[in-house]
Amino acid sequence: MNKELLKKSQSLIALFVLCLAISILSDKFLTANNLWNVLRQISVNVCISVGMTLVVLTAGIDLSVGSVLAFTSAVCAGLLTKGIAIEPFDLLIGFTTLGGILAALLIGLLIGIFNGWVITRFSLPPFVVTLAMLTIARGATMLYTEGMPISNLGASFEFIGSGWLIGIPVPVWISLVVVAIVVFISKKTTFGRYIYAIGGNEKAAFLSGININNIKLAVYGIAGMMAAVGGVLVSSRLNSAQPNAGTSYELDSIAAVVIGGTSLSGGIGSVTGTVIGATIIGVLNNGLVLLNVSPFWQQVVKGLVILLAVIIDQKSKKK
Amino acid sequence: MLKAINISKSFPGVKALNEVNLTFYPSKVNAILGENGAGKSTLLKILTGVYTDYEGEILLNGQPVKFKSIKDAQQAGIAIIHQELNLIPALNIVENLFLGQEIRNNWGLLDTPKMTQITKELLAKLELNVSPNTLVQNLKVGEQQLIEIAKALLADAQVILMDEPTSALSDKEIENLHRIIAGLKKEGKTIVYISHKMDELFKIAETYTVMRDGNSIDAGEMSQTTEQDLIRKMVGREVLIQKKQGNTNITKDLLSIRNFTLPHPTLKNRNLLDNISFNLKEGEILGIFGLMGAGRTELLETIFGLNVTKVQGTISIDNREVSIKSPKDAIKHGMAFVTEDRKTEGLVLGMNVASNISLTTLPENSLLNEKSEKQLAKDYISTLAIKTPSAQQLCVNLSGGNQQKVVLAKWLATNPRILMLDEPTRGIDINAKNEIYEIIKKLASEGKSIIIVSSEIPELLALADRILVMSEGKLKAEFSADEANEDKLLKAAI
Repeated sequence: MNKELLKKSQSLIALFVLCLAISILSDKFLTANNLWNVLRQISVNVCISVGMTLVVLTAGIDLSVGSVLAFTSAVCAGLLTKGIAIEPFDLLIGFTTLGGILAALLIGLLIGIFNGWVITRFSLPPFVVTLAMLTIARGATMLYTEGMPISNLGASFEFIGSGWLIGIPVPVWISLVVVAIVVFISKKTTFGRYIYAIGGNEKAAFLSGININNIKLAVYGIAGMMAAVGGVLVSSRLNSAQPNAGTSYELDSIAAVVIGGTSLSGGIGSVTGTVIGATIIGVLNNGLVLLNVSPFWQQVVKGLVILLAVIIDQKSKKK
Repeated sequence: MLKAINISKSFPGVKALNEVNLTFYPSKVNAILGENGAGKSTLLKILTGVYTDYEGEILLNGQPVKFKSIKDAQQAGIAIIHQELNLIPALNIVENLFLGQEIRNNWGLLDTPKMTQITKELLAKLELNVSPNTLVQNLKVGEQQLIEIAKALLADAQVILMDEPTSALSDKEIENLHRIIAGLKKEGKTIVYISHKMDELFKIAETYTVMRDGNSIDAGEMSQTTEQDLIRKMVGREVLIQKKQGNTNITKDLLSIRNFTLPHPTLKNRNLLDNISFNLKEGEILGIFGLMGAGRTELLETIFGLNVTKVQGTISIDNREVSIKSPKDAIKHGMAFVTEDRKTEGLVLGMNVASNISLTTLPENSLLNEKSEKQLAKDYISTLAIKTPSAQQLCVNLSGGNQQKVVLAKWLATNPRILMLDEPTRGIDINAKNEIYEIIKKLASEGKSIIIVSSEIPELLALADRILVMSEGKLKAEFSADEANEDKLLKAAI
């Protein structure tokens, strides 16, 4: 417990130092406008990454989240604009904003469960299975959208990505709720305990009577659904679903998990750590833009920060 | 001669070694005895250059030495054969032997013929009749250990430290190892031998040093001492293992296994379990004896629902046939299984004591109740006398005996009717062993039925009401507590 706290305070300090440095270098950083902007931007990664955290805690990985984000946002947009046409009956099912969103979340959940099913049923490495899903879901997105953006998704949908509620951007509300729910699940429920146990020692967990496969199905399902939440946020912000949305988001998400102190070998880490990790990445991105650093250099810097985080993590483990 | 003078070593909060003095003589097997936590491993780590910050002096052949690294110690001629072997299973014998010290030819490429030749000579010397190109994963444990010894010989080590080398070997392999050790002795090598097995030490060792709580308590010639004497020095008090009187009050059948057959995964005409049938009575302690590979662990695993797709046979509880398809089903039917390896199968080492104990009994799809978890942990920490600073301590930080008690606790928490124990006292010290024996006896007196698998005959004689002997997957013999003795059990097992 203390170790976890220490780790979290380490990354919190890193975040604080980062904010301090940027605010000294740029007077635009500490403006309300900019800070809300940062929080709005990271909300997508936060949602994806908390799902990813659960997967990584079981010693798994989900590389398909970026593609699932694109697919679910495309389907959501398609349902909102075109609905489902059942031609033989000359029937058209239209979707309300809520209906479209729920459909997207359901699809994300199902894709995730499918990932989990393949992984557990055939005892395959999660890396390979979700890598395949990365390609499949991206291809499906292209097929569904015919490679074109789907736009004009309606004012109420746009509100989700761009609106404000009680002085706080709606996406920030959503990510807060998502984080609260997943933190609760991971720390206060039997399911959450099982996730840690499976990642810590799968054999011991199995022998203790835990149904490993069901837990994994659920974990990958949640990760898929969180990707869909990200998909809704992204497309509502742009009021348009882009077929290439979410490309390489899985990497940002894994980076957030790792920077947040979750071990890729499972069993150790926390959702709150991941939130801090995602915030560090978001602030870093923002700071580099404010400082007019070229986008190419931004990538290099981001990679170096990930390396640094892992090195520090490793060092503190040895102590 | 290797001499350690006044060696002390502290870790934060613990003094692991306190002015330890030891002398190891060439051409002799030098035994180190001590319970877990006595400081043996720490001492070995200092002698092999793992720990470099310590107080005191090490003399090698009269010269003071101070190893700065593992490599340093190796170059000085000190080799260690660990309890857990350090070989790479997917590489062959030659590749393993020469790992990090490959011989190259004039082109800078691997000189495989030369390395193979040297390997052949070493294998011949160790009487190991396998091809140098055999993958290590295809060798038996005993053979793998000989490869470790070959590595030490290749490095021309003068001092060879062996940490519980026989804990995973069959009797035949042990005999072979002892013969090879005798050969090494003749060549003037200094052998340092750590073991918990007394009879073995009296067979092969010339000198002994007893360690207790980080101190070297006593040293001398094996021929001048007795088993009772050594045990007394190790634990600081007299321990007697008494033979159990048969319990005749138990009559009611609880568990009944019929015609268990489990085919070997790769060999066609072999069965891991071969038509095994037996009954377990209520309140009975049933011992199962057998050598490594006799199928004892497979039997327990199969009863616990691990080999569902492959096994034939039936399980009945209270005379009703039950279907057990997973550990979960087994637990539902009142079974508990304390596995052989507490680190890989028993515990989630990175979780704390409380979470490990509650793992088997958490309510499904529900919120955690931290209060009741804490209470559960507290109860078992006191009833089983688990030594831990708190219930929040991570299991990885506990000693072997206490880890084993945590595993026991998590299974007792399920309130099982049938408790299966696989080598419950392997690698734990004598005090903890006796505590676990007491717990087992108490559970049986409370009406629980217990199956205990063990390689240690005295342990079975002290505990079991009835002993089954297995060999090559078959049930070979059955003895009541009154009939059983060491000779009979061994004869039946071979």
